[in-house]
Amino acid sequence: MTKQLLKGNVAFAEAAVRNGLQAYFGYPITPQSEALEHLSGRMIEEGRVFLQAESEVAAINMVYGAACTGVRAMTSTSGPGLALMAEGLSYIAGSEVPVVVVNMMRGGPGLGNIQPSQADYNFMTKSAGHGDFHPLVLAPASIQEIIDMIGLAFELAEKYRTLVIIAGDGSIGQMMESAELPPMQPVRDTVPDWAVSGAKGRDPNVITSLYLGAEKLEALNLRLQAKLAEIKRNEVRSVEVATEDADLLLVAYGTAGRICVSVLREARKQGLKVGLFRPQTLWPYPEERLSELAEQVKGILVVEMSAGQMLEDVQRFVQGRVPIHFHGRMGGVIPMVDEILADVEALAKE
Amino acid sequence: MTLTRTEIPEGMELVYSYPDSLTKVSSHYCPGCVHGIVHRLVAEVLDELGVRENTIGVAPVGCSVLIYNYINTDFVGAAHGRAPAMATAIKRIYPDKVVFTYQGDGDIAAIGTAEIIHAANRGEPITTIAINNAIYGMTGGQMAPTTLPGMVTTSTPTGRNCEVAGYPVKLSEILAQTAGAVYITRQSATDIVGIRKTKRAIKRAFLAQIHGLGFACVEVLATCPTNWNIGPWEAMQWAKEHLGGFYPVETFKMTDEVKALKA
Repeated sequence: MTKQLLKGNVAFAEAAVRNGLQAYFGYPITPQSEALEHLSGRMIEEGRVFLQAESEVAAINMVYGAACTGVRAMTSTSGPGLALMAEGLSYIAGSEVPVVVVNMMRGGPGLGNIQPSQADYNFMTKSAGHGDFHPLVLAPASIQEIIDMIGLAFELAEKYRTLVIIAGDGSIGQMMESAELPPMQPVRDTVPDWAVSGAKGRDPNVITSLYLGAEKLEALNLRLQAKLAEIKRNEVRSVEVATEDADLLLVAYGTAGRICVSVLREARKQGLKVGLFRPQTLWPYPEERLSELAEQVKGILVVEMSAGQMLEDVQRFVQGRVPIHFHGRMGGVIPMVDEILADVEALAKE
Repeated sequence: MTLTRTEIPEGMELVYSYPDSLTKVSSHYCPGCVHGIVHRLVAEVLDELGVRENTIGVAPVGCSVLIYNYINTDFVGAAHGRAPAMATAIKRIYPDKVVFTYQGDGDIAAIGTAEIIHAANRGEPITTIAINNAIYGMTGGQMAPTTLPGMVTTSTPTGRNCEVAGYPVKLSEILAQTAGAVYITRQSATDIVGIRKTKRAIKRAFLAQIHGLGFACVEVLATCPTNWNIGPWEAMQWAKEHLGGFYPVETFKMTDEVKALKA
């Protein structure tokens, strides 16, 4: 395969097709609409299911219905749409069906704007719907990474029968860069034994999140928590740059993490020992590795395109062992290398 | 004494039996509620069409949330009002399977209005059974979108004042306006004749799906003695007179292809 110039939204959509996506339901919302547009053609060409729903509420419930049949199903959206999907996300979690959702975050709250943002961190990692559950949240920092994460997302969703959210942002969705798509994989031709397909020669399968009786619902919750614990043990992912000798550790994910690579390069030119820790899974958070790094660095600078949502997790895992500083921009403002570098330089003088 | 099918004496004919599509458990429904009757009608139709093993039902939120305990097919449980969205996806993945939703008036005509209108308008070849008893049963008798003007509920204690609470929604009349609907009818399960006609309508609605004709919905006028605070018999009479008086029992849309089906 060769590399080609790809826009983020088109790249992840085509990667999904090539990973055997069987059903896509979505509703247009900037900055991810190109994904829906791309799939409107490609899914039909491949003889698969594509439907533009009447709302994000309908879209996620269509995805939920499709997932109940055991096919690879997904949707993509942005913050305001994800908010409408919260109902379905909770039902999906409670019913234990595999679903992949891509959220290209934009500025909020409210209608906000369509510029890149990371202000849905808490929403996705901690409170994607009512009840006790966490989606598995993947955070790509480049077009190649979101392509690769689509395949991973389906694998994880199906392995654990769980909800996986890919946390992109407007810049991952809108920018173009050179990347390689995976080869075309055939769609699965088998149906999981738990799926609904018509009760031919077997007892009926019922997929529901309703468990009347507190003990029964607690049993479901215990099962969900055990699954989340297993995900926590097995699926933590992160990337490090120049952490071996770092005095100051930058902690950032996605687009902010990518910007921090440039900050790190500039700082190193000045002889400042700066490293980068970039979580690729926001839930489960790579807390053990962060905790180890906290033992060896003198300070941490968290950089986010939000008011400091991941910051709270970093504080929780570092537990006051080293000072934690924060550089955040909100409302769709992308932090520039120079402004972060100024913080790094100031901290180096302390 | 119960006879098995093979034990039927020669010269006699089996005219009534327990449908295979109905599970043998006691129901949780209140005395005088017609959910049990309509469940049975659906089960009889699935049996007669021979599609039980090829059917996927979508359960609503409301009193019939546990329908999958009674209808012996694969089922998924939808969020409140979203059954048509789930059914849409399942039917598109399995065009050859029979997919139906079973919804109450609050589920279909309030919180799920968008989903049902758009499923109908797209002409999804699914079958919808809509139970209209003019009240929210499971939550304890609050106003439904179909609550009659002046009707007392726990959230309209002095009677539904339409100038404040809005007017009753005539769902079938609205669905009949959608281009994708092929069969929209309102029936009443409050007496023997009505129950027989309701069954024929349900069968026609499933046949419309099996023939791939488009969206079909059977609205069924029903009772809720518990939340109407009257007895089962009185409730049947009240439904016939008052619900039937406001919501005409008629077929609002039936295409020629649907008309030609032998139900």
